[in-house]
Amino acid sequence: MTAATLTAPLAPARRLSLVAGLRHTVTLAWRSLVQIKHNPMELLDLSIQPVMFVLLFTYVFGGAISGSPGDYLKFALPGIIVQNAFFATMTTGFGLNNDLTKGVFDRLQALPIARWAPLAGRILADTVKQAWSVSLLVGVGMVLGFRLGNGVLGLLGAFALLLAFSLAASWISVLVGVLVSEPDKVQIFGFMVIFPLTFTSNAFVPTETMPSWLQRWVEVNPVTILADALRGLLVGGPVAGPAGKALIWGAAIAAIFAPLAVRALKRRV
Amino acid sequence: MTYAIRAEGLVRRFGSTTALAGVDLEVPTGTVFGLLGPNGAGKTTAVRVLATLLRADEGHATVGGFDVDRDAHRVRQLIGLTGQYASVDEALTGTENLLLIARLLGFSRSDARSRARQLLADFHLSDAAERAAKTYSGGMRRRLDLAASLVGRPQVLFLDEPTTGLDPRSRNELWDIVRDLVSDGVTVLLTTQYLEEADQLAGEIAVVDHGRVIAQGTPEELKSKTGGQILAVRPVDPAELSTVVAIAGEVSGATPEVAQTTVTVPVNDPGVLPAVVRRLDAAEIQVAELALRGSSLDEVFLSLTGHRAEQDAPADTELERTPA
Repeated sequence: MTAATLTAPLAPARRLSLVAGLRHTVTLAWRSLVQIKHNPMELLDLSIQPVMFVLLFTYVFGGAISGSPGDYLKFALPGIIVQNAFFATMTTGFGLNNDLTKGVFDRLQALPIARWAPLAGRILADTVKQAWSVSLLVGVGMVLGFRLGNGVLGLLGAFALLLAFSLAASWISVLVGVLVSEPDKVQIFGFMVIFPLTFTSNAFVPTETMPSWLQRWVEVNPVTILADALRGLLVGGPVAGPAGKALIWGAAIAAIFAPLAVRALKRRV
Repeated sequence: MTYAIRAEGLVRRFGSTTALAGVDLEVPTGTVFGLLGPNGAGKTTAVRVLATLLRADEGHATVGGFDVDRDAHRVRQLIGLTGQYASVDEALTGTENLLLIARLLGFSRSDARSRARQLLADFHLSDAAERAAKTYSGGMRRRLDLAASLVGRPQVLFLDEPTTGLDPRSRNELWDIVRDLVSDGVTVLLTTQYLEEADQLAGEIAVVDHGRVIAQGTPEELKSKTGGQILAVRPVDPAELSTVVAIAGEVSGATPEVAQTTVTVPVNDPGVLPAVVRRLDAAEIQVAELALRGSSLDEVFLSLTGHRAEQDAPADTELERTPA
């Protein structure tokens, strides 16, 4: 009898409980977050970029678009929050692709843990990062003069809606992360698709100022819808309409991309 | 005899490529079993199937008595995996990597800490424990990889080309670790394209080529399969190589090979050596070296596959992994 056989489980368990799976998810989320400690650039990415956007847009374009930086901030801050959220979903695909190409995913899959935990852990960690960026954006906005029209309740509503939508949109990111051959390509995709997507919306500029052919797209663009919902929640105005549409968009994206992503992941590993 | 790993008729295709074309394996508990073959031979695919990462299209396999497909979760509780593709997280420190695995395996916080500390000490990584793994040298990385696969004290360890790209010292260190593990009762399935590595570590070797096991046995058995011995002759004057080749070929009845200025030919008949000596003497050829030795696994591989193991190694391991 040896040390190895003495300590090994005599009758290994056949199945995993849901609680165990959730525990694995939290542990794997810890792993993604603790990485930030060793890569301060990531924190910079999460913090400085959004803050810079708020400052640049408010003081450079604010006067031209809304007459004054203060008025523009009221209009643009919800839009900037949405744009930032879209870019932030790409982190999921980037990290997943990194795990797949470096072999970390294989190591995790060979462990007796829930099959869905590596993905869920990553998404949970990215949701935490997302929450951090939104808090920072709202905080900086308030320092610059942004005021909450619906108090804390509106803020919490905005948080919930944004995180729910991001969760759905991160399936696109997962699909891209599985399909491309290296992490950098996820970022290229993000730039090529999310950049025009977020700019052809009313996130930064009122729809009426654009050519009519573009307006038709801008009005159905989920970025516009989500930005409108956030304006309603954070500043004031209609909420139910845009929030409902945003949730429908989210559900549709998840319904299409979640099965595609899961299928692609199963094929790849 | 109990078998830690059994596989029967494993077939796995990726598109039009057949990575495994019917592989049978039986690995007795507590031994090191070597899967030897060039890149793209199907070794990694075999390990991925046995480690529950990949489903076989046909055939079945058990690890520790559990079916790798139907009882995958139980298999995962018994195995450790280290290799080209199963890697640690470079962004985490050595300690964090081991803590991660330990916590995922259900260790309490304090047990995880002490297990991580102990493994880092065992693998001479204590000094680098708090550094990100991306700053490690190649040898340190492999040791951390191996430590990570040992956190749960696996009964069966898969080592997929554990020393590829390592310098000789790091490679020897890793070999010593593997020997220690086996003396503790762990069963090891080792894949390698280094014949010396299989010879050094494995009690039994299966030679794999194009997704099939083309020969199996102890290193000694495999060596004797090629005719037992190799005659090597090195003339003082390289200009006489062609004459030496002619003599060696004529006497042995096999086709000699020339590597630099040494002529080698497999021989079965012990009478060949004196016969060659007489012929060389008659031709007045002075020899710098004349030796009869057991054939190396390299020569075994050549005689089994018709090509050398390390030369004929296209970098197509991606093929094994990513379906087209």
